[in-house]
Formats: sequence, C-alpha cells, structure tokens
Amino acid sequence: MHTKTISQLSAALRSGEVSSVELTTLFLERIKQHNPALNCFISVTEAQAFAAAAAADLRLKAGNAAPLTGVPIAHKDIFCTEGVKTTCASKMLDNFIAPYESTCTAKFRDAGAVMLGKTNMDEFAMGSSNETSYYGAVKNPWDQARVPGGSSGGSVSAVAARLAPAATGTDTGGSIRQPAALCGLTGLKPTYGRVSRYGMVAFASSLDQAGPITYSAEDAALMMNVMAGFDERDSTSVERDVPDYSANLDNGIEGLKIGLPKEYFGEGLDDGVARVIDAAVKEYEALGAVVKEISLPNTALAVPTYYVVAPAECSTNLSRFDGVRFGHRCDDPQDLFDLYTRSRGEGFGAEVKRRIMIGTYVLSAGYYDAYYLKAQKIRRLISEDFRAAFEEVDVIMGPTAPSTAFKLGEKADDPVTMYLSDIYTIAVNMAGLPAASIPAGFADGLPVGLQVIGNYFDESHLLNVAHKYQQATDWHLQVPKEFQ
Amino acid sequence: MSVDQSDITKVALLARLKIDEADVPQYVDNLSNILGLVEQMSEVNTDDVVPMAHPLDAAQRLRADEVTETNQRDKFQALAPQVESGLYLVPKVIE
Repeated sequence: MHTKTISQLSAALRSGEVSSVELTTLFLERIKQHNPALNCFISVTEAQAFAAAAAADLRLKAGNAAPLTGVPIAHKDIFCTEGVKTTCASKMLDNFIAPYESTCTAKFRDAGAVMLGKTNMDEFAMGSSNETSYYGAVKNPWDQARVPGGSSGGSVSAVAARLAPAATGTDTGGSIRQPAALCGLTGLKPTYGRVSRYGMVAFASSLDQAGPITYSAEDAALMMNVMAGFDERDSTSVERDVPDYSANLDNGIEGLKIGLPKEYFGEGLDDGVARVIDAAVKEYEALGAVVKEISLPNTALAVPTYYVVAPAECSTNLSRFDGVRFGHRCDDPQDLFDLYTRSRGEGFGAEVKRRIMIGTYVLSAGYYDAYYLKAQKIRRLISEDFRAAFEEVDVIMGPTAPSTAFKLGEKADDPVTMYLSDIYTIAVNMAGLPAASIPAGFADGLPVGLQVIGNYFDESHLLNVAHKYQQATDWHLQVPKEFQ
Repeated sequence: MSVDQSDITKVALLARLKIDEADVPQYVDNLSNILGLVEQMSEVNTDDVVPMAHPLDAAQRLRADEVTETNQRDKFQALAPQVESGLYLVPKVIE
C-alpha cells in the first residue's frame, strides 16, 4: 500500500479497501522507522493526523469526499500551519507556532487531505542541497551519502522513501524541480501567481511559487486541482479560471513540437545525464513528437541575475525578523541595536546571512541601478528568449540539473559552485513560466530528471506531456531498494 | 568586483547583522566571489530594455478601503519574546 500513487490511494479509500486511519497509521509507522536516518521531517503531527483521518473516514462514508479526502500528505515547513510549529528550518523560527493557516495548506485541509507533518528544507529555502537547515542535512533515499537536492529536500526525501505519498514544495530558483530530479520524482513549479503565496514564508517574492511533489503527473494534476486558484490575500495572485488539470492527461501528443535549447546541452552537463535526456527525447519522438533545436541566448546570465534579484528581495523580506514581535531574541540585550544585531546574527545561519549581506550590498546607496535595476532588465531579456522560443515550439525540454545527486559536503564550502547547480532551472523562475521535472532514468544508479518547460498557464498541457511519457515508461515508479 | 573588510562591516551594520570579527575574511571571500559571478551582467547592453518587476507585468490590484481583518492582538502577542499591557517591550531607547 505504501508504494501506491495518490490516484490509487484515492480509489482504494473510495472502494473501502482501506481507511484513512489505516493509511495514516501505516505512513506514521514508516516515518518513525526511517526518519531518524533520512531526517526529512522537522515535525510529525501525529495527533492532528489521526483527527483529520477520522474526519476523512466519516466524510468518505457520508459520500461527500473530494478526490484527496483521506489521503496523507506532507507539507514543506515553509507553510504556516495554525497551531503547529512552522520553522522554515531556521533557528530564528524554532519557537514559532503559526497563528494562522496558509491558503495552500488550508485548501488541502478543506479537501480532506491528512497532514502527516512538516518537512525539512534549506533554511528559508536558500540552498540546493538541504544542507543549510538548522535541523541538519537531509539524506537522499537512493544513496544516503548524497544530498536530496534543495530547497524542498525533506519533501522529496520523504516521498522518494515512501514515507508520504505526496508533498508540497516551493520553487524560487529550482527548489521543487532540482530535488525532484535528484530523488526520482515528479515535481511541478506552476506559473508565477497560479498558487497563492499567502502564509508561505517569503524568500524572493517575485520568484516564489508553490507546487506539488508526487510520483506521477497524474498525481500532480490531483494536487494542482486543490492548490491552484486566485486568492485576494496574495497581491500577486492571478485572477484566472482554474482548469481541471486531470481532464487532458490522456490527450495525444502526435505532432507535439519540442524545443531543445542548445545552451542546455553544452559544457558542464554530465555525460551520464546527457545520455538519459537523449533517450527520453527519443522516446518522445517514438510517441509522435517532433524535435527542433532552439536557442535561449541569455541562458548563461540567469544565475548571475538571480543572485542579485533573489538576495535583494530576501534581505528585504527577512528584515521583518527583528527579535521584537516573534522569533528568536538574544539574551540580555544591551540596547535596541544590540537586540537587533545579535538576535539576527544568532537566529540566521551562514547561507541566509550571506544572502542578506549580498542583498543589502546591491541595494545600498549608489548601487541600485548597477545591480537590481540592471538585473531586472536582463530578466526581461531572459523572458524574451522564452517568448520567442514559444512562437516556434510547444514545450521546451532539457536536463533539470547538470549532474545527479552529489555527496553531502561536496559543495557546501563553495557557494558559487553550489549556485551553478541550478543553472537550468533558474531562468524559468526569472520568466515566471511553469515547468516540471519528471523521472527519465538513471546514471550510475542515481535518478535523472527531464525538465519540461511550458508557456504561461500551460500546466495542464505540461502534465499531459509528462503523463504520456509516464504511460510509456516506468521510471517514475522506481523505489529505492531499502524502501520497497 | 571585490569587497574589502570595511565593506563587510558597513553592510553588516546596514543589515543589522552581528558578524564575528573572525568571520569577516570569509565574508570578504564569499561576497567577492558572488559579485564576481554577478559581474557577467555588465557585459550586456541593456540601454533600451524596460526593467521587469513582475513576470506577467501585472499591476497591483486595488481593493476598497474597508476594514476586513479583526483585531487579534492578544493572539499575535502570545508569540512575542516580551510584552506588557499590549505593548512590545524593547530595551530603553530614549534616555
């Protein structure tokens, strides 16, 4: 039962084959057994989970269940969950019990999904390896000497090890797609504005977007049916109808025009990853798609531009942590300045401080035009690359990450090398486009993800394109040996 | 672009971050490396490019100027390190 997709679990709950309390018990047991090694949960919400499961079972019996009613899921610890510790994996919020519920988690709660707990992550979502968490690094279930990717590392580790059948994540520069790729899962970053950011701890507000982490595209569609939609509490939420993301999954993809950006297959791409991606593209050709080489000429500028925009917005957002209203406060402050500087100095970890420093520097007097304004202009150029490409092709494909999962500690001391591991994912956030990573095979026993980028609000089509591939292959159903 | 120790001290002050003396050289290295990466931006001519603040170029939505939230002061102050009579307490600011 623990290896089933949420589509299968939903059916099993409906037929009475299993109850939500039974499923919840099963997954909580698995968490107890495996979490000490993987470290993928910061909080396990056992009592709330059983209460929600019992309520879901009543709803299933009464016949008014939604598709996810009774299905256990995990939430990244970046979403405020009322009455439950919400840490963002930071010492700063180690004592923070959220006084309200995020829109995203409220929607899952209202749909009857059962929250198993809150997953580990890079501190304030800043990282690509889940090594910056105050609660310690997360391990990759495929090889526990390796990172799961980040920042949604706890979510992917939990789902890959079958400790939860699905999870939420957030993606500012690749934080859903890169870890999904490194752990062999399906991850979707929706169009900016598609899923509400209300109650999601802000990192870089013009880039942050929440999305699902699942086994299959079919499951991601079920999650999107719950998550997506306009929210007046999020000023950047988009007022636009939400389609049924499950409706078009089975559409044919004969004649689908796939663009392969030559910049995504050049220097820096691991040979093993390149072979897997080539094979996946051939599979699409066998399914009737047509492949065309395209160019996204400003690709190399995405990472440098991101490391102006994201830190600038992060330093602004994180100025709210002042040791006065909530969060960590230093002992025995001498004066107000001492209170601010020591509370922040003690509460934030090394990577978060680094990004606050960069952000403060680029926004400081005299530098705004040279850095932030310049970055916003290049952001336009990056978006224009995609706009031009989508005049020629329907979707863009390439690797999600340049390599498979790297070893714990391998890049931890070298921020710039770590940043470059997001080279293929960041441009998508800069442009605000939707993109998925889907399992496409293995290189030296480690999962490889294929990135599929779509046009604005084209999530339904992206999931269709992913689903057709998953009907023809079984890479997305592989389970690491120890967790079968 | 590289930064020196005095830049680090100044930025830390602006950011209200206490940084240990011993860590300053590492910040100098890290920030210089990151700014070196960022420097690639200067090679691009952006003279006639309109800056992009929002991926969909959406404008800020407006709402009617009406009270929509209820006062939850006690609930929120329950999270604060130190409060008294509904006020947040900080060290003495004015002598």
